Amino acid sequence: MSVKINLDFTLNGRPVTIEVPAEMTVLNLLRDGLDLKGTKYACGEGECGACTIEVDGRTINSCLMMAADLQGRAVMTIEGMQEGHALHPMQQAFVDHGAVQCGFCMPGMIIQANYLVKQNPQLTREEMKRGLEGNICRCTGYTKVLDAVAAVVGLNENKGLEHG
Amino acid sequence: MSEIERYIAPKKLDDALEALAGGPVTIVAGATDLTPQITGGKLSYKATLMNIQHIEGLNAVTKKGGTKKDGKIRIGALVTVSEIRGNHMLKNHAGILCQAADHFASEQIRNAATIGGNICNASPAGDMIIPFLALGASAELARWQDGSIETRSVPLDEFFTGPGRNMARDDELLTAVTFDVPPENSIGLFRKSGPRPALEISTVSMGISGELTEGTLKNVRVAFGAVGPTALRGKLTEAALEGKILNQEVIQAAALAARKDVSPIDDIRATKWYRTHLIGVFTEELLNNVCQN
Repeated sequence: MSVKINLDFTLNGRPVTIEVPAEMTVLNLLRDGLDLKGTKYACGEGECGACTIEVDGRTINSCLMMAADLQGRAVMTIEGMQEGHALHPMQQAFVDHGAVQCGFCMPGMIIQANYLVKQNPQLTREEMKRGLEGNICRCTGYTKVLDAVAAVVGLNENKGLEHG
Repeated sequence: MSEIERYIAPKKLDDALEALAGGPVTIVAGATDLTPQITGGKLSYKATLMNIQHIEGLNAVTKKGGTKKDGKIRIGALVTVSEIRGNHMLKNHAGILCQAADHFASEQIRNAATIGGNICNASPAGDMIIPFLALGASAELARWQDGSIETRSVPLDEFFTGPGRNMARDDELLTAVTFDVPPENSIGLFRKSGPRPALEISTVSMGISGELTEGTLKNVRVAFGAVGPTALRGKLTEAALEGKILNQEVIQAAALAARKDVSPIDDIRATKWYRTHLIGVFTEELLNNVCQN
C-alpha cells in the first residue's frame, strides 16, 4: 500500500477530516470513501465531464484530480447544490425543460452550467456551448440542456431588472 | 502502479528542489496528463510524489519593460491554461497564446492544466507548446546546487528531445517560460485541426509569429505540432518568408517549404499523407489571414 495522507478540507460547506492513500483520485474519495454517489464515473480520463465538481470555485474533472491535493480546499458536489428541500434553480431548470433523459451526465452538466452562469451571468447560447464542451451527453442532443441554462440566465436578467 | 512511499507538498521552491536532488520524484501539478498516464499503465509512480501546486511564486504572469528590446514576459509554471486564456496583458501582447488556450481541451481541463505540465509532458501535439515556440520562448529550469538555487534557460526549440522527453535533468524543475515582449507591429496566429473543436488531440497544429511592416514579414517564427517526434520549428518555411513581401507567390512557396519541414507518421488520428497535406493548407490559410489583417 502506498503511504496515507491526512486531509482536511471543506465538502459542501462542512469540514471533513479523512485519511487517503496517496494515489487516490478525488472521484474515488467522493464515491467510495465518502459515499457521495452523485458525482459519476464514466470515462475516467477527463473526456466526458460526468465527474465534474467545483474546487475553490473552479470546475475540474474529479477523475483526474488527486485526493491529496484537496488539502485546505473547498469542494462542491451536486449534493451540495440543493438549498434545503428546494432544488437549486439550475437543477429546477433542467427538470422544467426536460433536459434529463438517462440522467448519468446530469450532475456534471449541472455543476458546469452553474459555474458558467456564475462566471458570466449574461452568457450567450454560443458561450454556453463552448463552456459545456467538456460535458458529453449521449441521449438528449443538448438542445434542452441549452434551453435550461438559457432559462436560468433569463432568470438572472429579470432579477437584475428588479434590483435596478 | 508502484507504491508511493512519501508524499510532499512543499511551499518553498528550495524545499522542492532539495527533494528533487534527493532521489526519484514524480512531479504533479494539475494531474490532467499524469492521471491518465498512470491509470493507462504508461507511467508508474516513483518513490516520492511531489505536489508542486503550493510552491510560492510559480503562479504569476508578469511583464517587465515595454515592447522595445528590453521587455520580457514571464509565465510561471503553475499558471493554468484558463488563466492564459483570460489574461488581458497576454491578449494585447501575445494573443497567439490566448488563441491556443481557447481551443485547449475543455473548460474543466483548462482550469486544472498548467503551462509547466503541458511543456514538460513534451507531447508532439502539445497545444501550448506551439505558440511558445512561435514566440521564441525559453524554459527556465531550476535545481538545488551547493545549498542554493541554480537556474538555467533553455530555448524551447532545443528543449524537446523526443515524444514525452525533454532536456530537464532529474533534479531540475521547470519554474517558468519566458519570452521577449513582441514589438508593436507583431502578428501571431494559431490553428489546430481535429474532428471536434473541443477535447481534441491535434491532428496537426501550427503557429506563426513575426513583425509585419508594409506587407513584409520579418523575424518570422513558424511552429508545427503533431508532425514529428517533437513539436518543431519550420526553418524552411521561415526562410521562405523572412524579409519577403507577402504575396501569393511567396505564400505558395512557404506552403511548399512547410511540407518539407515536417516528418509526420501514420497513426490512429491521421495518415502521414493527410498531415503533410494539411500543413500546406494551414500555412496558406494562416498567411492569407495575415494578409487580410
